[in-house]
Amino acid sequence: MYVSESRGSTPAAASPTAARGLRPGRRSAVASTVLALGAVSLITDVSSEMVTAVLPLYLVTGLGLSPLGFGLLDGVYNGFSALVRLVGGHLADRGGRHKQVAAFGYGLSALCKPLLLAVHTLPLIGAVLAADRTGKGLRTAPRDALISLSSSPQDRGRAFGVHRAMDTTGALLGPLAAFLILRQAADGYDAVFTVSFCVAAVGVLVLLLFVPSRARKPAAPPAGEPAERPSLRAAVALLGRRELRGLALCAVALGLATVSDSFVYLMLQRRLGVPDRWFALLPLGTAAAFLLLAVPLGRWADRVGRWRVFVGGHLALLLAYALLLTQLHSGVLPYAVLALHGTFYAATDGVLMAAAAGSVPEALRSSGLALVQTGQAAARFCCSIAFGAAWTAFGDRSALAGAAVALLVSVGLSVRLRPAEAV
Amino acid sequence: MSVRGRLLVLLAGVLVLATVAGVAVWRAADRADRRDQVQAGGPSVHAGSVSLAGSGPPRIVFRSMAWGPHRDELATVPAGDPDGPRTASGVSCLRFSAAGGTGICLQAERGPVNDTYRALVLDSRLRTTRSVDLAGIPTRARVSPSGHLVAWTVFVGGDSYAGTNFSTRTSILDTRTGVLQPTLEDYAVTRDGKRVRASDVNFWGVTFADDTHFYATLATGGHTYLIRGDVTSKTAVTLRTNVECPSLSPDGTRIAFKKRVPGLSPDAPWRLYVLDLATLRDHPTAETRNVDDQAVWTDDQTLSYSLPGDYGSDLYTVPADGTSTPHLLTPSALSPSWLP
Repeated sequence: MYVSESRGSTPAAASPTAARGLRPGRRSAVASTVLALGAVSLITDVSSEMVTAVLPLYLVTGLGLSPLGFGLLDGVYNGFSALVRLVGGHLADRGGRHKQVAAFGYGLSALCKPLLLAVHTLPLIGAVLAADRTGKGLRTAPRDALISLSSSPQDRGRAFGVHRAMDTTGALLGPLAAFLILRQAADGYDAVFTVSFCVAAVGVLVLLLFVPSRARKPAAPPAGEPAERPSLRAAVALLGRRELRGLALCAVALGLATVSDSFVYLMLQRRLGVPDRWFALLPLGTAAAFLLLAVPLGRWADRVGRWRVFVGGHLALLLAYALLLTQLHSGVLPYAVLALHGTFYAATDGVLMAAAAGSVPEALRSSGLALVQTGQAAARFCCSIAFGAAWTAFGDRSALAGAAVALLVSVGLSVRLRPAEAV
Repeated sequence: MSVRGRLLVLLAGVLVLATVAGVAVWRAADRADRRDQVQAGGPSVHAGSVSLAGSGPPRIVFRSMAWGPHRDELATVPAGDPDGPRTASGVSCLRFSAAGGTGICLQAERGPVNDTYRALVLDSRLRTTRSVDLAGIPTRARVSPSGHLVAWTVFVGGDSYAGTNFSTRTSILDTRTGVLQPTLEDYAVTRDGKRVRASDVNFWGVTFADDTHFYATLATGGHTYLIRGDVTSKTAVTLRTNVECPSLSPDGTRIAFKKRVPGLSPDAPWRLYVLDLATLRDHPTAETRNVDDQAVWTDDQTLSYSLPGDYGSDLYTVPADGTSTPHLLTPSALSPSWLP
């Protein structure tokens, strides 16, 4: 069933072909709602990455603090953010308030930027950053639900690809903007935070003005499918559906074998001898590959099957692990690992949401997507802890070899389970 | 609202926000410019020749943070007149340390898209003899008493793709052989006779006893330890817990350090303590403010350390035996070394 984006809000959505769901001739461009949400994410990521990029510098040279203690709180925030995501998903489904919940999340994060100017101690800075992440947790599921609801099922992979590419563009531009400001004004961290707030506010403005709200009642469910009421019980009951359960199970299994990014960069530096001065730039390599491949892989997922591409993305990660495990010392290897790492993100991040959207009814879309995201995030968090412990017990090589075997097993399991796709 | 109306609202919003952002950047740039003009009532600084040689009149060399054209340059003052006129060298450092005619200068290098950092080994005439690229933001630097070994610590991290964890990396360089030990994480560390093998180990704050032995802080599993290390065998043992940023006294009998004191506010947890190495007992100094610095011994009785000030940071001294009161040595200064 194809549901057009909210009616009458934009000319494209109101066009008769879109409303009928028929797509004669060439495929139409991505829905304007997706582009608007992509723009919001791009702008917001410029804002948040500006702050992330200068934060250690600000703590060490600006405030004279030792930032080490800050890292200890990080795990707590991450777990908290995953729970908040479920709350955001549920709130958005009740009464179809996707836009309102997303706007609240974006707004909360925007307000945290000027607060950074007012706090000067590690615990308070930690509290502000926790609020910032709460905003991120709240907005993610409603936003992804809006993307899926405003694009036709057969183009969903591409829609998510476009959104993730725009999002990553913002992540790449943010640090650049921050350093341009610091170039103009040495030690101008207050200017960085103020500009970051202004940029975030533009993002909220674009959301409020150009993303249609979905306050209307969802379309009547097709025959044979019972009407769903967006209650907490219904959200949990989603896991009773075979399709979504299979998908969530695989996402969790694969997540349990997904080593966190920081470990990948650390291994890259240790195993492949990347020079120290490039260390900070390694994540940019991943982001660049993600940016370039998000749209093509999203489109490919629409054609050959999202599940296949999602599992394929994990094979790219497996190959990256294998390269990290080799003893070869070729100058090309770091690039290959980063390209594979970016490919992994491009083939999995938006594609999983596109796949999951097909197995969740419209009325529970936000809760359903949040459920899958939280399961995956929790699994990756467990993997981080287990990987750290394995590193401690057996050394980094053996730990990575173990992760590679676990990933291989999970991929095998996912291929066997192969949740059916509702395209 | 029509598309046109919404675009107009967006345009108006962007204009207002762009103005706010522009004013913020302009004000910060203006403030940065003011720092290049001499501050009224600040220390007098003039360009001159600075030497790290062990001969000559006793003097202090440090990073001068006083506003003006020589801001952030290495400068010297006579040891007997720390508040007197400063002689600036023209060499800029974030962190610095010197001993035995060797200096270690941790420096920021402006790049087209971001800042990078490097460690410069300086000879007694401040000429660079070795440059090493750094993986992060410099925090600690030390030279062995002979000037043969140098060590430094940087903070690594700060990218959302890499998580918001920060970690440290500590390196030791032998200036005679040029051999660089890029990270102490390669050392075999034992605690209570057992090897410490953890992925979360961090080292910082090396202080040298001689050209083989050093003390430093090791953090793992939420605890910090004082370690004694051996550069030749690349081994270390933990001596006790809760010792950060150790600094060995010239006579080698005591260690000044910042101690995380239980019950203090978590945003200012550190006090300056002194540890007797023979008994492993510690006692507080008379400084009751939060000290987040690796102290320096000016002689066998006195400690110097920095506290945040109006112009960057100020240097204070306090007796090591816990008596008396802190005393302001000189304002707008960081990373001092006493040259005999």
